[in-house]
Amino acid sequence: MQLNGHPLETQVEPHWTLLEFLRDHLGLTGTKEGCGGGECGACTVLVNGKAVNSCLFPVLEAQGSQVFTVEGLMSPEGTLHPLQEAFINHGAVQCGFCTPGMLLSAKALLDENPHPTEEDIRSALAGNFCRCTGYAQIVQAVQSLGVYEEKTVSVMPRGEEE
Amino acid sequence: MENLQIVGQRIPKIDALDKVTGRAKYIQDVKIPGMLYGKILYSKYAHAQIVHIDTSKAEKLTGVRAVLTGDQIPPVKFGFFKDNSPLKAGKVRSYRDEVAVVAATDPDIALEALDLIEVTYSPLPGVFDPEEAMKEGAPLIHEGNKNNVLKLPWKLICGDVEEARKASDFIAQDRFKVTWVTHCCMGTSGCIADFDLRNNLTFYSTTQIPSLAQKDFLEFLKGLGLPNSKVRIIQTSIGGGFGSKLDTYAFEYLAILLAQKTRQPVKMLFDRKEEFTATSTRQPAIIDISQGCTKGGKLTFRDITMILDNGAYTSWGATTPSVMMMPISSLYKVPNVRYIAKCVYTNNTYSQAMRGYGNPQATFAIESQIDGLAEQAGIDPFEFRQINCNEPGEVSPQGYKIGTCGLKECLNAVSQELGWKEKKGQGKKRGVGLASLIHVGGGARVYKSDGCGTIIKMDDYGWVDVITGATEIGQGSDTVIAQIVAEELGVRIEDVNIVNNDTDVCPWDVGVHASRTTFVAGNSARGAALKIKEQILNLAAPALEAEVKDLELKDRKVLVKGSPDRFLPLDKVLRKAHYSNQGQMLMADYFYDPENENLDRDFKGNLSMAYAYGAHGVEVEVDEGTGKVKILNYVAAHDVGRAINPMLLEGQVYGGVTMGVGYALTEQLILNKGEIMNPNFRDYKMLTCKDRIPIKAIVVETDEPSGPFGAKGIGEPGCVPTAPAIANAIYDAIGVRIKDLPITPEKIVAALKQKKGA
Repeated sequence: MQLNGHPLETQVEPHWTLLEFLRDHLGLTGTKEGCGGGECGACTVLVNGKAVNSCLFPVLEAQGSQVFTVEGLMSPEGTLHPLQEAFINHGAVQCGFCTPGMLLSAKALLDENPHPTEEDIRSALAGNFCRCTGYAQIVQAVQSLGVYEEKTVSVMPRGEEE
Repeated sequence: MENLQIVGQRIPKIDALDKVTGRAKYIQDVKIPGMLYGKILYSKYAHAQIVHIDTSKAEKLTGVRAVLTGDQIPPVKFGFFKDNSPLKAGKVRSYRDEVAVVAATDPDIALEALDLIEVTYSPLPGVFDPEEAMKEGAPLIHEGNKNNVLKLPWKLICGDVEEARKASDFIAQDRFKVTWVTHCCMGTSGCIADFDLRNNLTFYSTTQIPSLAQKDFLEFLKGLGLPNSKVRIIQTSIGGGFGSKLDTYAFEYLAILLAQKTRQPVKMLFDRKEEFTATSTRQPAIIDISQGCTKGGKLTFRDITMILDNGAYTSWGATTPSVMMMPISSLYKVPNVRYIAKCVYTNNTYSQAMRGYGNPQATFAIESQIDGLAEQAGIDPFEFRQINCNEPGEVSPQGYKIGTCGLKECLNAVSQELGWKEKKGQGKKRGVGLASLIHVGGGARVYKSDGCGTIIKMDDYGWVDVITGATEIGQGSDTVIAQIVAEELGVRIEDVNIVNNDTDVCPWDVGVHASRTTFVAGNSARGAALKIKEQILNLAAPALEAEVKDLELKDRKVLVKGSPDRFLPLDKVLRKAHYSNQGQMLMADYFYDPENENLDRDFKGNLSMAYAYGAHGVEVEVDEGTGKVKILNYVAAHDVGRAINPMLLEGQVYGGVTMGVGYALTEQLILNKGEIMNPNFRDYKMLTCKDRIPIKAIVVETDEPSGPFGAKGIGEPGCVPTAPAIANAIYDAIGVRIKDLPITPEKIVAALKQKKGA
């Protein structure tokens, strides 16, 4: 597979999930396990550009795929991805446990649809649970990166305007 | 107010950089060489005698290093009432009772070993309803007790409720019920216990109470025959708190026991099911309440009796009445108050602290009923609240000295933003509702000390290390403390390094609870900063040929006020002090303990230095066919004293309100004879990103004189008045009042059916 842009060839056990492989065998602990059952989205990574719950994704299925994790978001030169910048600057991070998965779901959305409406964003992030933020500043962070269609209503969480 | 550079700014959270790059290390991510993994075997019954445990097969499994049962450990107890033990011997009292524990080289092996442990139980009749548990002949949860009622004296009497009742023109009487909900931290609970060769314990933890946990573990080690062992608590990044880590728990004691037995580090990490079933919930309650008023709408009395389902063991849930007393006695001016609460053992899960600590439960009953009482008196609910509104300078019946109070401003702001006058009683299945709150905003003296210590040291380059007792659980204490220090020392936020996770280094703090950290840790940090500032100014004054009083710190310089060209760079002053004969490094420490009071025997006293007020307003639309409630608009106005960081503050309000909406409408742990039936995110309905709630957060600043730069607490208030505001809006929309949470579509449809039938 290609992991965060680098080729990777290694032996795996067939019963491993992609999450286990990343965390326990590669030491890439940026991807989190929140429930282990595909319910909370904390373990979201991208496989061939699609957001998947890595806790349910068999590692063998990732053979030959492009896998992308939070560790790959920053550029090799050390520049933050615009989504990372936006999350920091909009207060979208509190405890931060959901953040890596949230970022990757948001990336999958923006890669496919650079101009999402608020509804698009909320749908794309619906599988990523957050207990701290009430989602308002997360949605705002993602919105800050797109240009919106005229018909989008009330895109800013109210009270956020500076 | 002074011209502030950093306080009041929307500064991004300091640790966000590590969190967006995946670098932040949570307990899930920490590994220590030689580490073993512990797993717990829980009870199969809600109430049973343990007849026999056979662990022989488990012990033989390759990779297993230790198996422990209740009979094999010293009889040490823990918890607020010392009624809990890490492993239960003889009898189990709830499904979450720990029966055995295994340490193995791999978590899967530990789980496999649990399957090999054979436990023979002899089931006992259980009791799952606190009212049933109070009856004569009910199964006794703790043998040795006379009955299931805890010996806790929750009773507050102010004035004469009976006389006031007679003199009231209108009286409302209701029964409200609130049920189990849980914190749902995204990071599950965990810890690592590691002994060195001198039997000193290093404990990696996600606790909200490092100093008190250290004390609990020291006491525990004493019970294990290790009176000279020291305990060091190191906190990892914490994946959510909300009160869930405010006590010490069986799994932590089990990690210590296993580490002691194996002489290897032992990690315990909950899976999501355990997080639902084996952590403690918000306190459920049955609330009988009556309130009265005059024809003019002035409140005459408030009378509440409560029965709290304590569950099988006792944690902080049993002490939530001490906080419930706050809204009961001091939300609105109410001269006569009576409150009596009983905590009753059952075979259910036990509860503890959760954001608001009893306040959301009590406020749900009070504020729901205020609308009923206002309706009886023929007064608009907004007007009714204005008539009884708290004011600055009053002393409440419980003895709270209300200093700053922005409740009136909050109510006005909500009414205006919501369009109360136009929207109230608008019909079309739409309605508006209001509810207010009071909460501690200036610490809370619930323990012997409400203090927090800070150490500041500065180096040759003008950089500042702030070593604080305060714990960071995502709320942003790291950033707020850095802002306060940077403001006082005239440095940039990036010049400040916060150290906040190691009891070997950090001073004492009572814990991250009671919305106290900005206020208490902020005052502590400011005190230390002012001490070190004085040292700097004294060092610079001779060189600048100026008086100390004429100097200021700004832009990393010591400046003569009003003469911009007379200054010394801060780092130069520090180096000069360091590298002169008999040089000095600049360090300062400060312990701030607020002048608030423990409640006395009658539960009276000025619990907090300042009180946080707020009002929430909501507009809903109810589908009468499905019972579904849609939130069209939500306004949350909070008197925060002063916003140190408006962006983080709004984050607290959005998060609090969203948790409160879950409490009001969707969340409940469903217990069937003590067994939690929905221990997963599919069946426990936390709100998702799709559940859009348009929240407007309004900040009311009252500039609290005792707060750091005027600030009061805001961590919990966001989820306090949410449920009654929504319940009141539903009533306005469709004329039915739901008195038990959560207000599910089923309950709404049933209530509508009943109303039409009647």
